[in-house]
Amino acid sequence: MMLGLELAYWQESILRSLGVLAAVLLPAGTFVYVFLFKMVSFMQNRLGPMEAGPYGSMQLLAEVGKALQKEDVVPDAADRTLFKMAPYLVVATVLLTYVVVPFGPDMVFIDNQVFGTGIFYVMAVSSISVIGIILAGWASASKYSLLGALRAAGQLIAYELPLVLSVVGVVIQAGTLDLQRIIVAQATGEIFGWGAIGNPFILTQFIGLLIFMIAMQAELAQTPFDMPVAESEVVGGYHVEYTGLRFLLFFIGEFATAGAFSAIAATLFLGGWWLPGLDLDANYMNVVGPLVLLAKMMVFGGIIFFIRFTYPRLREDQLQRFAWKFLIPLALVNITATGILKVVF
Amino acid sequence: MSEFLRNYLTVAIFGGVAVALLAGVLGLGSLIRPTRRQEGKYKNYESGVDPVGDTWSQSQIRYYIFALMFVIFDVEAVFIFPWATRVEEYGVFGLVEMLVFIAVLTLGLVYAWRKGVLRWI
Repeated sequence: MMLGLELAYWQESILRSLGVLAAVLLPAGTFVYVFLFKMVSFMQNRLGPMEAGPYGSMQLLAEVGKALQKEDVVPDAADRTLFKMAPYLVVATVLLTYVVVPFGPDMVFIDNQVFGTGIFYVMAVSSISVIGIILAGWASASKYSLLGALRAAGQLIAYELPLVLSVVGVVIQAGTLDLQRIIVAQATGEIFGWGAIGNPFILTQFIGLLIFMIAMQAELAQTPFDMPVAESEVVGGYHVEYTGLRFLLFFIGEFATAGAFSAIAATLFLGGWWLPGLDLDANYMNVVGPLVLLAKMMVFGGIIFFIRFTYPRLREDQLQRFAWKFLIPLALVNITATGILKVVF
Repeated sequence: MSEFLRNYLTVAIFGGVAVALLAGVLGLGSLIRPTRRQEGKYKNYESGVDPVGDTWSQSQIRYYIFALMFVIFDVEAVFIFPWATRVEEYGVFGLVEMLVFIAVLTLGLVYAWRKGVLRWI
């Protein structure tokens, strides 16, 4: 059953595939246009792209068209197979992340109840992109990209831990790994007997959200955590040797991952596709839900890119120190406190 | 096929869609883009001069130690999740057990900290 229609499995699969492409490409495109092109332009007192389409809204298509025509250069010294494989891993990760994200009561790619692992699966799958990045840096056989890849590996594994541990607080509160039931838990929850707006975990898990947002910023390698791609230090990091379309694919992967993480954050902390006042089981939520989720994703995307364009880059040792000596202990304290409060109340 | 395996088939299908999407776009690009071989174009970038020495150079040992630390704490997270979903059922007993577990791991972190491993020179 999908959207109230009786469909064969292959028909459902086609619908799902189209759905996941929309889920990956629409937020990624929106993020790039609204934040990377326009918001940063206004922050820097300029207009940004204005020529392609009304207010430059077709600029993205122009960029893709340009990248399509660029020559594809693979360095002679590079490991050709791995070099070409890397972008596939980075982009595939994003599609796999969206598998468990619910967009409405029935707007889901899989049966979350049966699938079971939910957020745990997200954390597992989202770390695959690290392998893609290391592969890209290693296979390029360039010193800059090797350095960039090592930095990326060091940074991504250091911030993977706070990311995973900050989620545990939400799991303790909701008592489930299933994202759909985490949303229901937030919608039907109460704060000391007052349930008018449910219990969005941004209120009770605020420390968890802060850790999650910081770790997310680092996982996406956005400034202030962009040492892996620091152009003034390692030229471009792991994608120095990539040209044209393959170079663009890394950026599509980056912004699509930003979208995926925003969707996860919105689901975990802001109540996902649900808003106070809306019916949790109503059929119209299958249409309204995705829009609500997209709006919440835009909030998180706005924060990510606002920070990116506001703060300067950290130093490599500051970055590692911050993760190991501050974020991880804080996340452990958060887990402990949440567990104690959950058992006591 | 069971419902459970079907859900994982969706995961496989999405992986396939990702590969097909990228292969399609890159295939389209290969029809359009030019290929003009030139001397020097296929050398690695090293600030404009010819690359010196082996590009797959050796790197710092500290990356290895951080990777080891990561494995320890990631496995810890694997053990915390099952408890986190059943906090209320296990009650005080589970809580104390988990506090001991976290305390032991924190001791590990403190040990690494005191040893100076966490310092990135």
